[in-house]
Amino acid sequence: MTDFWHRAGPVLTMILLLVGIWYGAAVALNMTWAKDKAARADQSLSFSELVADTMVQEKPLLPAPHQVVKEIYNTTVLKKITSKRSLIWHGWITLSATLLGFAFGTALGILLAIGIVYSRAMDMSVMPWVITSQTIPILAVAPMIIVVLNAVGVSGLLPKAIISMYLSFFPIVVGMVKGLRAPDQMQLDQMRTWNAGKATSFWKLRLPRSMPYLFASLKIGIAASLVGAIVGELPTGAVAGLGARLLAGSYYGQTIQIWSALICAAVLAASLVALIGLIERITLRKMGMLQ
Amino acid sequence: MSETVISAKNLSLTFQTNDGPVHALKDINLEINKGDFISFIGPSGCGKTTFLRVMADLETPTSGTIEVNGMSAAEARMQRAYGYVFQAAGLYPWRTIGGNIRLPLEIMGFDKADQAERVARVLELVELSGFENKFPWQLSGGMQQRASIARALAFDADILLMDEPFGALDEIVRDHLNEQLLKLWARTEKTIGFVTHSIPEAVFLSTKIVVMSPRPGRISDVIESTLPRDRTLDIRETQEFADIAHRVREGLRAGHAYD
Repeated sequence: MTDFWHRAGPVLTMILLLVGIWYGAAVALNMTWAKDKAARADQSLSFSELVADTMVQEKPLLPAPHQVVKEIYNTTVLKKITSKRSLIWHGWITLSATLLGFAFGTALGILLAIGIVYSRAMDMSVMPWVITSQTIPILAVAPMIIVVLNAVGVSGLLPKAIISMYLSFFPIVVGMVKGLRAPDQMQLDQMRTWNAGKATSFWKLRLPRSMPYLFASLKIGIAASLVGAIVGELPTGAVAGLGARLLAGSYYGQTIQIWSALICAAVLAASLVALIGLIERITLRKMGMLQ
Repeated sequence: MSETVISAKNLSLTFQTNDGPVHALKDINLEINKGDFISFIGPSGCGKTTFLRVMADLETPTSGTIEVNGMSAAEARMQRAYGYVFQAAGLYPWRTIGGNIRLPLEIMGFDKADQAERVARVLELVELSGFENKFPWQLSGGMQQRASIARALAFDADILLMDEPFGALDEIVRDHLNEQLLKLWARTEKTIGFVTHSIPEAVFLSTKIVVMSPRPGRISDVIESTLPRDRTLDIRETQEFADIAHRVREGLRAGHAYD
């Protein structure tokens, strides 16, 4: 129990602090609207009445935490998950694109890394492009991918997954190139003394050696995948997904809806990263690399 | 006469570096007989490790020839003629001790039952029986190095090449491992090439001591040991031991090792 508090204590303290700041900011930001409204109605409100008003506005500049919590509760627990108003339904749409894009990105990243490590030509030619690809703003590329793929009849999950892949393959390539190159000269010489071929060195030495690097990359990659999926939902005309909820919310000034979609996305990302962390711990412990 | 297993003729190796050529080895002539325990001693930069690596086909000589088991070093490597022990144990942290020793056996395609039998045998040889399922980090540095020797022995190569295998260990552990290594050599009748920069270690272990000097890397003396093959650490107190050690020191001095 003491161990639990030891670990959870700092986290909970930070959360409380953030919620406190959030409430303070909500009061400060929503105050103007409350004052204007009162002025128009020729009323004068006391400070406590003003503060109370900042907590219950329908379209606040910054919704108070409890408004967001209530909205999330209403759109998850109280809605059927098949409903288009259910955040779980929207979340699943984003999640499926995220996972598919992440799988693509991981596969692409690992394959490119293997090519780069084993072929000097690829190292010289592909690596600069891999880096360049990430300097192009994804917000500029995403609509083009959606539009182009739509023109050839591909729509729905796949275009979003491709944008997701575009963002997630990068950390995987960088991490795996480093991981596959992690064996030192002595270990490579040792393989040579056993007359081991390239394939053997890969499976027995390079790949297992790269595992810690892979997991570090996967954690960054999955978070980037989620961002990619959400960005991919923005230009689709706001049909479905967390990105669509964000967009629709901003069209109609539904700040509470924006914030609840935002919180959902953050929780989703944190859970995915935590899940990979768990798989990492189990795998590395099984491999004997976690003492 | 016993047969020659390794023979170097007019062997030279020059590394091209940005500061000009470095003559790592120059005109090396040497024959190693079957069953010899041969040590290479000299200051750093004398080419003793490079010479061992040439035997193992990890470096290619610029001129001259090297024959291992009557064939070129490359052919010998492909036939897995030698086991090589590096300065560091280099065990894979994701494999158990048994798994590490099994690694070359898996690569060479021994069948499962044979693998298990060999792992058990070499673990017993280096006195590590019972540690098969431990991970490397659970073992001390000396035990890890013994495991790496077991790994080099597992596939029954006739030649064992060791590059300062005990260099990173403290003297007490080192003495113990030297004694064990001699016993192991007596039991397995292997030919051992051993690089060291410790005079007592070279004298204690070897039947033949090759003293080398740097710039360019040359052999300055080859000393045939008169000590009996069967020896214990006590032999280091004898006059004979001191005489051989003295001659090694003279050889090093002649090669300007102390300049």
